[in-house]
Amino acid sequence: MSKHNIRVTINGVPHEAQVDARLLLVHFLRDQLGMTGTHIGCDTTHCGACTVVVDLEPVKSCTMLAVQADGAAIITVEGLERDGKLHPLQEGFCQEHGLQCGFCTPGMLMTAYGLLSQTERPTEAEIRHAISGNLCRCTGYVNIVKSIQYAAALPR
Amino acid sequence: MAPHTTFEVGGLGHSIKRKEDPRFIRGQGRYVDDITLPGMLYLDIVRSPFAHAKITKIDADRALKVPGVLAVITGETLAKYNLHWMPTLMSDTQMVLPTEKVMYQAQEVAAVIATDRYAAADGVDAVEVEYEPLPVVVDPFKALEPGAPVLRTDKKDKKDNHIFHWEVGDRQGTDAAFAGADVTVSEQIYLPRIHVASIETCGCVADFDRVNGKLTVYMTTQAPHAIRTVVALVAGHVGLSEEKIRIVAPDIGGGFGGKVPVYPGYVIAIAASVVVGKPVKWIEDRMENLQADSFARDYHITAALAAKKDGKITGLRIKTLADHGYADAAANPSKFPAGLFSICTGSYDVPHAFAEVDGVYTNKPPGGIAYRCSFRVTEAVHAIERMVDALAQKLQMDPAELRFRNFIPPERFPYTSALGWEYDSGNYAGALKKAMEKIGYADLRREQAEKRQRGELMGIGISSFTEIVGAGPSKHFDILGIKMFDSCEIRIHPTGKAIARFGTKSQGQGHETTYAQIIAEELGIPAAHIQVEEGDTDTAPYGLGTYASRSTPTAGAAAAIAARKIRDKARKIAAHLLEAAEEDLEWETGRFFVKGVPQKGKTIQEIAFAAYTNHPQGMEAGLEAVNYYDPPNLTFPFGSYIAVVDIDRGTGMVKIRRFVAVDDCGTIINPMIVEGQIHGGLTMGLAPALFEEIQYDEAGNIQGGSFMDYLLPTAMETPAWETDKTITPSPHHPLGAKGVGESATVGAPPAIVNAVVDALAHLGVTHIDIPITPEKVWRILKDNGVAE
Repeated sequence: MSKHNIRVTINGVPHEAQVDARLLLVHFLRDQLGMTGTHIGCDTTHCGACTVVVDLEPVKSCTMLAVQADGAAIITVEGLERDGKLHPLQEGFCQEHGLQCGFCTPGMLMTAYGLLSQTERPTEAEIRHAISGNLCRCTGYVNIVKSIQYAAALPR
Repeated sequence: MAPHTTFEVGGLGHSIKRKEDPRFIRGQGRYVDDITLPGMLYLDIVRSPFAHAKITKIDADRALKVPGVLAVITGETLAKYNLHWMPTLMSDTQMVLPTEKVMYQAQEVAAVIATDRYAAADGVDAVEVEYEPLPVVVDPFKALEPGAPVLRTDKKDKKDNHIFHWEVGDRQGTDAAFAGADVTVSEQIYLPRIHVASIETCGCVADFDRVNGKLTVYMTTQAPHAIRTVVALVAGHVGLSEEKIRIVAPDIGGGFGGKVPVYPGYVIAIAASVVVGKPVKWIEDRMENLQADSFARDYHITAALAAKKDGKITGLRIKTLADHGYADAAANPSKFPAGLFSICTGSYDVPHAFAEVDGVYTNKPPGGIAYRCSFRVTEAVHAIERMVDALAQKLQMDPAELRFRNFIPPERFPYTSALGWEYDSGNYAGALKKAMEKIGYADLRREQAEKRQRGELMGIGISSFTEIVGAGPSKHFDILGIKMFDSCEIRIHPTGKAIARFGTKSQGQGHETTYAQIIAEELGIPAAHIQVEEGDTDTAPYGLGTYASRSTPTAGAAAAIAARKIRDKARKIAAHLLEAAEEDLEWETGRFFVKGVPQKGKTIQEIAFAAYTNHPQGMEAGLEAVNYYDPPNLTFPFGSYIAVVDIDRGTGMVKIRRFVAVDDCGTIINPMIVEGQIHGGLTMGLAPALFEEIQYDEAGNIQGGSFMDYLLPTAMETPAWETDKTITPSPHHPLGAKGVGESATVGAPPAIVNAVVDALAHLGVTHIDIPITPEKVWRILKDNGVAE
């Protein structure tokens, strides 16, 4: 198994690591760096629990190799809170009851983060389209949509 | 109902924010796969490509040469410890790993232990297994035919594939009702095999401490205590004694019934940890989860209603064939092989009813768990709600009107049904009226008539369901002999804060918040000051766990009773502190005071401090209580749902335009959480109605064993649910609460099916099996010459 040296910036912190060529980004984050906020819910890129933001684009980290992230700037759920202040999306999910078991939540937050960084005030239809690659079994999505609208209305 | 407490105290009726959320929104939840222990090994499983085959050879040589692979475990390995078979929750038996043959596709065949998950997967690929295929039985009807291959050859005297026959009701009376009926209707209704597919799959970290002989298992389980006892029963003979077993259910990423059973992977991981003396992690992937874990439904129902001309129902008859797969591994109470299917008379005053269910073995994964519903209640509700519509259609009567004519009226509660249940409380007409007003039923019917003139397809569907949840009274309900009570233990600390532990286990329901609210209501200690813990069998009192909407009816009641015991002791302490007689004290939220002298009182916090610093002589110090609550009856939540659908004549696509849900779960603890539960339940009702089905081909190959083919609704397919409520408290629950987590999953599918059938009724359609795919609808449209 060939090994590769990679450099990635995660939540503003530079990391250097040696990884197997086949190591998935999600396993790099979870198993190698111990950042377990990013979850795994399927093997086929459907559920979105593993979504992280790579160079400002939401990416399913189960479908990206760690070596492909070489040189990238990654934001994970652990990086949303800054200086002890929650991100508006985190506030929104609490206020609008946008989560129940919490398993899909990190992926939902990161997908929404990607959406709001490109669309300041998305419509309900745009929000539903944006999160359609993230499955939630608990909430029925209604309150997730409201949570993202809540965040969109706050100054960011 | 206005809350009795301030928002700061946060008792019943307040939408306080969830205590769980701060960790989840930061990615700081702790799920099983987040747990890493020093020296931990990884387990991965070799699975069968065949649905029925003899295993002639398992060759592990190549696998053992894979870097990082330490061991390959087979049925022969486990047989040395007599751990290759295990009991199911229904007292059947199930293989952990096979020694002779496999019985379903994706069955566990061998396990690889390795130093990391990639090496374990490499090892799985390298294990060579030789099979000799055997005849496969997929169709449960064919499984019962004479000459069908007998599947359970491990059972000495088994000569067929029949598991059980169960019947309830008055056969003769029902036959007479049908003989004397003005009108009868009958339908074949198939509720296909589906899978709960919680977004977190199943898994565990088994950690056996050889020095102390203690086994700790971090596990995705909804019922940690029951699992501990099962492990002690299964593995007692190899030295795993119950006091040395600790089951920890950490944060659980959704359960819905799928995390009640004991799967072979858990047992293999435990055995591996005991054998190698190191922690072993097993996390199944999504395909393993969908292909091998317990399924729900798979009920082939024939239902018939008898009625008078005016629509008054006189009889209900149901015959069902239940496909249980290779083992009867359903998660039902022991005495109920078909669960609570006998709730099938629904919300209606049906004078005569008879129901029978036969269970059968096939070459499919074992199961028969709930899919976010109480033991087969969804199947029962689907049958009666479909049949009521079929009867309305035959009588050319409005389905709402037919329901009003047959509802059990409010004054008849408690009501004993023809199949023997005592319904606690209900106001069915009230809920349906509210739903009809909210959605504008009369206007929608006018719109539908106009659209039909123009050839447009629009349908309106009603479901007025009654659930039966909160198992249960110990006289009827047990699992493997353990009575289905549940528990709460509360300790009040000297500073007036509290910790409360429960025998249940939240999987997203928000117990840390709602249980704290119950105690806040009873004691006046702010919910923010009450720490709720569940899921660790070393610390929590014994309980049967969270499923079947039983947490609030059982453990929630235990919390109220335990808190009231604490209040009783607090009264004695207050009397001592105030130098007053106990009977002269009056309680208001959080405080005892002397009657007529309101300024002379002691707060619960002052009393708590005194319980440790200044308690009366002769009284034990401390302020704590435990309650094991055995409910006197089940609870019967209900509701009325109305769906409005539009059908595309070009594609057969069903679009849900509106969906109004009026629920009644009795007293509400946290309205925000209740609404969230209903939203989620509705979406898990939509899912099987339109999308989800696990099928098998004739060779027993699973069709759709990944999220590529097994379609969970996304935000695009899920409508903006509209919810409302009525409140009819349960007369026997200490708080009047009934449970709500599953109502919507039970009630939603027939509303959607009824709406689609209503849209197509003028074409002569009387029933469509779920999932109602565009293809099914398009074929109906094409056959009737109305497809575009």
